[in-house]
Amino acid sequence: MPSSIKAGSVKPYLFLLPAFLLFATFSIYPFYLLTKTSLLSWDGISPNPPFIGLQNYAQIFTHDPVFWRSFTQAGYITLLALTLQNAVALCLAIAVNRKLLWGAAYRTIFFLPPILSEIVVGLIWFWIYDGNYGIFNELLTHLGLGAWTRSWLADPKTALTAVAVVHMWKGFGWGFVMFLAGLQTIPEELYEAARVDGANAWLRFRHITLPLLLPVCIMVSILTILGTMQIFALIIAMTGGGPGYHTEVPITRIFQSMLGSSQFGYACAQGIVFGLILLTVSLVQMRLQRRTA
Amino acid sequence: MTDRETSGSITIQRFKRWLANASWHALCLPVAASCLFPLIWMVSSSLKTQQTVFTDHRLIPSPPHVQNYVTAWTRGHFGIYFLNSLLYSSIVVLGVVSLAALAAYAFSRFTFKGSGFLYRLLLSTMLIPIPGAFVALYILLNQLGLIDQGSGEWLPRLGYLLPQINGGLPFGIFILKPFFDKVPKELEESAEVDGCGVLGVFWHIMLPLARPALGVVALLTALSAWNEFLLAYLVFSRHELMPLQRGLLAFHGAHLTEYPLLMAGMVISILPIVAIYLVMQRNIIQGITAGALKG
Repeated sequence: MPSSIKAGSVKPYLFLLPAFLLFATFSIYPFYLLTKTSLLSWDGISPNPPFIGLQNYAQIFTHDPVFWRSFTQAGYITLLALTLQNAVALCLAIAVNRKLLWGAAYRTIFFLPPILSEIVVGLIWFWIYDGNYGIFNELLTHLGLGAWTRSWLADPKTALTAVAVVHMWKGFGWGFVMFLAGLQTIPEELYEAARVDGANAWLRFRHITLPLLLPVCIMVSILTILGTMQIFALIIAMTGGGPGYHTEVPITRIFQSMLGSSQFGYACAQGIVFGLILLTVSLVQMRLQRRTA
Repeated sequence: MTDRETSGSITIQRFKRWLANASWHALCLPVAASCLFPLIWMVSSSLKTQQTVFTDHRLIPSPPHVQNYVTAWTRGHFGIYFLNSLLYSSIVVLGVVSLAALAAYAFSRFTFKGSGFLYRLLLSTMLIPIPGAFVALYILLNQLGLIDQGSGEWLPRLGYLLPQINGGLPFGIFILKPFFDKVPKELEESAEVDGCGVLGVFWHIMLPLARPALGVVALLTALSAWNEFLLAYLVFSRHELMPLQRGLLAFHGAHLTEYPLLMAGMVISILPIVAIYLVMQRNIIQGITAGALKG
């Protein structure tokens, strides 16, 4: 028996020690700190902040319409991402999976936006959407749609959708590679057998592709929801939450509570409420996934 | 069946296949173009002057104003941001790879009290969203004196690095442990007979064998470290400490309409990752899909 698995050895703990020290300090302790601070009224400076029980939570549920509005807005982007973005991603994955000519080039290009940072993507599109000199308005004018031109990110009517479009532009390639990986695990023989039995393309998609891809679909949906609800850097780069509150999302609100108005306890409570909501969503979806598996 | 009929049906079949392929391309091509255009437009704008950028709508400006890159690098601080990003990403990669490898090896080879619980606890942080964690992290870093307050250089840098190394550990362990599991135990046993200590086995046998998995972890960690923004936003207030993502936002805030310089800075900021991506895309995509689909 190798010495390494002798009972009572301290060696495994030594191997784990550095990782565990970091994990305890920067993951576990902040979790405790978050819960504790959410029960305080703290400006971030005073040494003895008063304990106020659940008042921060009560205020979130009764006196913070902007926070809830930020949920609706992030939810709007999420809904678009779940439907439009993932549908496009799935169609493209099916296309490339057919061993299409230039398939490798398509894959390379589709996954380019996901490797760029949200800041870079946000700033590129900030310039494209520019109300006075942006190329998007220029394009519309050339197409004879000059009446539609506007300052896309400053107009309350379009700002949120404009941000959502960029988010989907950045994100669809990620869903695309997930779906493609899922499709490639489906054995080709299944399709051939179905073809022999006379099943047309739609029937093959409906009865082979969809059911076998369902676990991947659910996983992609979970990650799309979690990722999109927590959208932040893209908003900071493009609108900062404006105009007015039209593109505020939960994380920008939490930031505002913390560094904007120095209500650290309140920011922690907001974070916990938001986290619990996200946790509920992902637990429901994980249960769904277990049922289909 | 006559020859003519056969060749006719082959022609029809060919036409059908061609039509199907053409319609798939009709879907893919516009999407590909829409992926590339914003990037091309960024490069194009980075080569125009402050005067022409608003009026010259050509894709390839002539003459190209390459001077922007020099100006962005020096006057726009992008040289400093770039070197900072390089420094931070390297340290984070080194930290994550080495600490995750040590931990993954322990999880794979030793059964000890609480190992199963600890492993699940670590991995749960990949699945359970704690969106408010950054508030607590800010409070903690502040208590530890690791927030940039205008003096000291290494403390804020450390405040930026340590949470990122910690953040990368679960994914690293998650990728590396199954890899170590697959290495047959006999290899280590014979090495131990030859007089190798546990650390020797780890260093001389396990790490070289795990090189592909270590590479994937390094690659994806580098990508996320290079693109990290939120923590940099929390920690840094001085330009000389900022990484690129934070620096880009600072430049944009201070020079709202200087698009050519901003775009030049952005091109500088994406060059390394685009280069790495083009060379290593297969590994990157495999790593990302493995991380998400197996979880």
